[in-house]
Amino acid sequence: MDPSALGDCLTAASCLVTQATSGLISGLILFLVAAGLTLIFGVLGVVNFAHGSFYMVGAYLAYTISATTGSFTLAILGGTAGMMLAGAAFERLLLRRIYGANVMMQLLVCYAVILIVDDVVKIIWGPDFIAMGMPEAFQVPPLFVAGGIIPPFYLFLGAVALAVAILLSIVLEKTRIGKIIRAAAINPTMVSSLGVNTVLLYGLVMAVGAGLAGLAGALAAPVRAMTPGMGFSILIDSFVVTVIGGMGSIPGALVVAILLGLVQAFGAVGFPLFTDQIFFIFMILILVLRPAGLLGRKVS
Amino acid sequence: MPAAGLIPKTDQGILEMRCFRNRCLQNNRRSYIEHIEPQGNIKRMKIDRRTILKGVAVTLATPAILRAQTNTLRIGMDTVMSGTAAALGSSSSQGAKLRIDEINAAGGLGGRQLELVIRDTKAQPQEAARIVRELVNSEGCEIIIASDPNALAVQEIIRDLNVLCIQATSETTSYTADPKLRVPTSFRVCRQGIHDSILGGMYAADIAKKKGLKKWASISPDYSYGRETTDQFFKWTKHFDPDIEVVAQVWPRLGTPEYSELITRLLQARPQALYSTLWGGDLSSFVGQAGIYGFFSQVESFAVNLADYNVLGSIKTLPPGIHSGSRYLDNFPATSENKAWADKYRAQFKQQPTVWSGSNYLAVQFIETAAKQGGSLDNAALVKVLQQGLTVDSFMGQNGKVTMRPEDQTIVDYAFGWGTTVAQAPFVTDIAPGDWSQVKELELEWKKSMGYV
Repeated sequence: MDPSALGDCLTAASCLVTQATSGLISGLILFLVAAGLTLIFGVLGVVNFAHGSFYMVGAYLAYTISATTGSFTLAILGGTAGMMLAGAAFERLLLRRIYGANVMMQLLVCYAVILIVDDVVKIIWGPDFIAMGMPEAFQVPPLFVAGGIIPPFYLFLGAVALAVAILLSIVLEKTRIGKIIRAAAINPTMVSSLGVNTVLLYGLVMAVGAGLAGLAGALAAPVRAMTPGMGFSILIDSFVVTVIGGMGSIPGALVVAILLGLVQAFGAVGFPLFTDQIFFIFMILILVLRPAGLLGRKVS
Repeated sequence: MPAAGLIPKTDQGILEMRCFRNRCLQNNRRSYIEHIEPQGNIKRMKIDRRTILKGVAVTLATPAILRAQTNTLRIGMDTVMSGTAAALGSSSSQGAKLRIDEINAAGGLGGRQLELVIRDTKAQPQEAARIVRELVNSEGCEIIIASDPNALAVQEIIRDLNVLCIQATSETTSYTADPKLRVPTSFRVCRQGIHDSILGGMYAADIAKKKGLKKWASISPDYSYGRETTDQFFKWTKHFDPDIEVVAQVWPRLGTPEYSELITRLLQARPQALYSTLWGGDLSSFVGQAGIYGFFSQVESFAVNLADYNVLGSIKTLPPGIHSGSRYLDNFPATSENKAWADKYRAQFKQQPTVWSGSNYLAVQFIETAAKQGGSLDNAALVKVLQQGLTVDSFMGQNGKVTMRPEDQTIVDYAFGWGTTVAQAPFVTDIAPGDWSQVKELELEWKKSMGYV
């Protein structure tokens, strides 16, 4: 514990800018993964434990596309589109069969998928870690704002993640399909009886959720080493975010993901040995005092 | 097939094994071995599930060495074949295999062919311990090459089994330095943490004095190796340059994907120099993420585990000027033997060798040399030769030779030094070799201070 260091950091512009931006951006990347997870749970009612695998394969796919075409834009698009397709296939072939099943069954199926995908990744890309390397456009010195350091690549990551967050909320709030998705989350039987093709809708939601995880993986690929099994740690963080924010709540996921990023950033200064634990303690408190999460719907 | 423990010796009578359908039915479906004694009495032994289990237990408890007197010498290897260190683990088995293939092609050892039996520890101590026991008791392995970082867990099993064990990857100092942990039949053939710390301290203090680096920071993985080695490094750096001061230390957990908050935290402390024991994918992630903050142009960095091809090759834009300890490099030691070995390895496996490949090759070399010198492949004979101290010719030697030191059963005189990175191959240049006589002297001092001598 070093409260004086934290105090110094919060009062110095340079420290404030550097830690706040790095926390904000890692929070936004986490949001992309958690948003997919919470969306799938909200509509499909399935806790997708295999969600981290989409993040991982998205990153690996982006790596291969970037290595063959040399284009980071194509890598991002390819990683996202590839995972959308994979998500739709996953829903069509596996998830659809276990919608009514209990959580244990869902957990087992997803866990099997995690193990299989990890081994497939090992076969295709090898067991060793891989680094994609920074795209040429971002191989530039960092920016200095009020004495704080901000790498241009992180600005780009933050901008893309923020744009996706805004787009997602507009689609869900303002469009017809968004309204149908929200309705399906509340009462799928009613939506179905009104003539909406819920089978297609579920496939679409799963594709979007998996696509968001793939996008996060592709965006993070230039700075995070890829290893088979890398989806697991992001899955844990995503669960923390969705549980605290409220399972099924996208605004909740956004708020909590950013909060998590900021706590980690300032925690690294003030209480480096206690940063991870803080959120788990917070999660326990939420589960006890407000089981639906900060912004989640109350379960009647 | 009946378990071996149930079969009576034939000189006591004629063995007949019959199961009559009627009798089986009459006796709760139990089967018997009928043993006719010389006097003509028939003695029955029932073979129900419980008896068979007892027999199997007795068989397993019999040392496999006694059972496996075949012409093949089985060498068991416990190593990491899954998780983040999987590639290092496969490089271990490849290193050992390279030497074993050479020996087998030349007719084997004492007329026996060598066979490597590899098992995955998943980098978990309890798995490593279980596997080693299984390799000896069930797989008939006569020698163990331990290629898992969890040496301490394996040591106690080896003490119990009393078989020859070559520790080929764990660099934790204590299990050979501390007499209480040392095991008479276990020998280390890889680098040792204390040697790297002393040499690292000497090298870093030298640079610190030349460049006036007073404020230091560190980033190391949050487990025993990371913390111990970092503490030892600063202890020795301060020993040679008392003016240095540690201003910030961060301890990410193993496998952390995101380092930016820690990087910015380190930058806030405005250190002049950084020390790190991060390794593998974690080091690769850190270097990539720190690079975009321009970290390495602001802070003189020392990363002891950087100079291994699996890390160097994975970093797309290696920042120049990072100081690294020599792990395995084909240009250090700069000898034709070292270059030739690396070429041979690449030709066979289409991959770059790692420091684990080198030490596992050396492990087989030590077994081979001990067998030739003692004239026997018997476990006790091999152990005796190794306990007396043994020097082998090796591409990994600082001067072409590596010695098994008898007093603590660990190797010395292997190539070690520190150099700085360049963006392209050979990746690390200007490597200053360590002075073994000075390091050994300081190591002895340290051992005395710890009460080990």
